[in-house]
Amino acid sequence: MKAFADLYRQLDETTSTNRKIDAMVNYFQTVPPEDAIWSVRFLIGRKPRQVVPTRKLMEWASELAGVPDWLFEASYDVVGDLAETITLLLPKPTGSSTRPFHRWVEKHLLPLRGADLDVQKKVVCAAWSQMDDGQRFVWNKLITGGFRVGVSQRLVVRALSRYSAIDAATISHRLMGEWAPTADYYEQILSQDTQDADISRPYPFYLCYPLVGDPESLGPVDDWQIEWKWDGIRGQVIKRDGQVFIWSRGEELVTDKYPELKQAAVSLPDGTVIDGEILPWGKDRPLPFSELQRRIGRKTVGKKLLLDVPVVLLAYDLLEAEGRDIRSISFERRRAALSELLAPLSDNRIRISPAVLGKTWQHLVTLQRESRSRGVEGFMLKRCDSMYEVGRRRGNWWKWKIDPLTVDAVMIYAQRGHGRRAGLYTDYTFAVRQGDSLVPFAKAYSGLSDAEIRQVDRFVQRNTLERFGPVRAVSPQLVFEIAFDGIQKSKRHKSGIAVRFPRIARWRQDKTAEEADTIEALKALVPNLQ
Amino acid sequence: MDDIIQMTQKGLYCTEGDFYIDPWQPVKKAVITHAHADHARWGSQSYLCACEGKNILRARLGNHAAIETLNYGELKRVNGVVLSLHPAGHILGSAQVRIERFGQVVVVSGDYKTAPDPTCTPLEPLRCHVFITESTFGLPIFHWPDTEDVFSDINAWWRRNQEEGRTSILFAYALGKAQRIIAGLDANIGPILTHGAIENFNPCYRNAGVNLPPTLHVGKVEDKQDLTKALVIAPPSADNPNWMRKFPNRARAFASGWMRIRGNRRRRSVDRGFVISDHSDWDGLVQTISATAAEKIGVTHGYAAEMARWLRGKGYQAEVISSDLREEKANTGGAATS
Ligand SMILES: [Zn+2]
Repeated sequence: MKAFADLYRQLDETTSTNRKIDAMVNYFQTVPPEDAIWSVRFLIGRKPRQVVPTRKLMEWASELAGVPDWLFEASYDVVGDLAETITLLLPKPTGSSTRPFHRWVEKHLLPLRGADLDVQKKVVCAAWSQMDDGQRFVWNKLITGGFRVGVSQRLVVRALSRYSAIDAATISHRLMGEWAPTADYYEQILSQDTQDADISRPYPFYLCYPLVGDPESLGPVDDWQIEWKWDGIRGQVIKRDGQVFIWSRGEELVTDKYPELKQAAVSLPDGTVIDGEILPWGKDRPLPFSELQRRIGRKTVGKKLLLDVPVVLLAYDLLEAEGRDIRSISFERRRAALSELLAPLSDNRIRISPAVLGKTWQHLVTLQRESRSRGVEGFMLKRCDSMYEVGRRRGNWWKWKIDPLTVDAVMIYAQRGHGRRAGLYTDYTFAVRQGDSLVPFAKAYSGLSDAEIRQVDRFVQRNTLERFGPVRAVSPQLVFEIAFDGIQKSKRHKSGIAVRFPRIARWRQDKTAEEADTIEALKALVPNLQ
Repeated sequence: MDDIIQMTQKGLYCTEGDFYIDPWQPVKKAVITHAHADHARWGSQSYLCACEGKNILRARLGNHAAIETLNYGELKRVNGVVLSLHPAGHILGSAQVRIERFGQVVVVSGDYKTAPDPTCTPLEPLRCHVFITESTFGLPIFHWPDTEDVFSDINAWWRRNQEEGRTSILFAYALGKAQRIIAGLDANIGPILTHGAIENFNPCYRNAGVNLPPTLHVGKVEDKQDLTKALVIAPPSADNPNWMRKFPNRARAFASGWMRIRGNRRRRSVDRGFVISDHSDWDGLVQTISATAAEKIGVTHGYAAEMARWLRGKGYQAEVISSDLREEKANTGGAATS
């Protein structure tokens, strides 16, 4: 545990990518495989879910610290992070432990799930009594399901790659899909034999950055293939050895959630991997994303939902054909192969994402204006000769999104943030005017500079009207321009509308709450889809 | 709050003795607990402080200020009250103000700490009836690590930066904290450089007999000199790329009690946060308050409301004394006090 807590501290302390990689390589060199595999799992974001109720943790920690509830709350309010508050409040440890990390995880942490509260209390308090601050913090983060550290999966892959001298793409591939965190699997990840057998394994997704600035800078339009940017779930459909696997970008196996796609994929030849977008589909255009959300949360779907929200896969790319990894041949050729593959398919629930034809960039700018009425977010630009890369990369693929919609809204609630901004009020709820009152419609927590955040934080402290746990209702005075990518009617929201990806565009210090937009103005932005 | 002292517009006031303690506006007679800017302000007609703190107060207030001194423990009759100053262990010359009238004793703590510090006289626990305590870090999340451990961490950090060819820049409050850190550094590791704001106070310490290793003002360093072996101590205000130009390869750290909270560390985006404070941590506050045997406690600065509520729960008569530092709490990551 100590080695992992030290690694966590080192990763947390630096913003330098190289130092983070150094720290990880150094860690992998010193710990046994059965510890390393758990660390890899947690570092790439596969953290355990919360195993102990928050209320109980607060209660036990307060008891050990001899601190009344209200003082725990006051401390939490200042620290802004539960795991850390507990760490800081607990009395000094009475002992220490040399128990290796995997034992902590396998014998102490995982069995907590579903255990009786008495047992949980005993295990958690015993753990606390044997750990220093650094270890307690990591432990608390793990048992509250909030483990997070400033490294991306790609960075972990780079570190493993440097440590093992295996190329990053292979490691990345091996980390995908489902695997058991065992020493054996760790050896497999680092195995020099790169003929991997697992038939379910997807490829790492190639992701892209938004294009900022003028598309003319990308050179001749003929070098690019343009597609609509669909707003669904990125996924991979795999057909190998007679079996179908569907993966979402979150690296979750979702085959059973989309039975209609599974059925459609059965007729694909073995040794096929398609990258595409899973979309809820109406007659000739996508349904709103919120419809898809009704299916995302469920493991299996009923008949009614299948009828109400049918999905299709709009295929973007072919990554494997006839059992061969073809990611390094040109996009143009992969796309031709994809189209050849899908043409004879009778089931059109897997279909190619059509190319948009534009003679000039200017022509495309005009076409892009149709995005909203088509239910898309703009364009995807892919260089015709590009290979299929790993992770988020600049240069060959871009998303070229339409300008967001905006309204001026009033801040009415604030909550403290996490991470770098823990302790400051950074998460806000915004409202628009409805007659004489205000109706909340969006939450947002990004878009302000550090200096602005401090200013807003001070405002919140001085203008709190009421507290609801960690949330403060503040005097409705500050106006912000809120940007969002989409808007639609929603019965589940008090405002009657739901916005997609709301964020703060800027602080309108020149405006008063009376000058904020109205709910009518907001509703007027809902596209009139049939 | 008491017949001996009251809170007024200008600060804590003793009617019988006709003097103010750390007033925030000019007055006739000011008794100063210590020379930090939020306690020692310009413009009063006369000042009284502990002998040990006179030079620093002079440096703060300038040549024209009328400064009288008392030795620690020396009694001074002022009209109907007996006034004396006692070590507070906060910075060089810091004092608690003890006022006695007809056997009734009030003590105003000023800022104080219980942790060891070779650059000033340690806190003297006093018994009294009314105790006015600070509570900058008055929450149970504030526990300071052993001072010695912190110094070995700082020295180890310095050595590692040297190996990596980086100058160590350590930000610390210019008066008190900086000198305490200088005294705890291992001068065998390399040269110790200082920002002007800090170097200004160093002679006061050396003249008072405090043993500080040699330091060099950054301004006196040649432009092209290799500074990767050095540790530079600077006030938090110097944390800007312009001031740090001279040290292109650098590691930054901040030394403050606030570094106990990860969010503060990350917000400053320093490489390291060293938890070291010239204020008491929670246990230090609680022990000191308990040692006074006072029944009435006035709480000021920082988490005063929380501290007072907690004390009331323990059977004290405790109340918050509003200070001039209402802004302070909104500014917990800041450097107003550290
Ligand atoms: Zn002070």
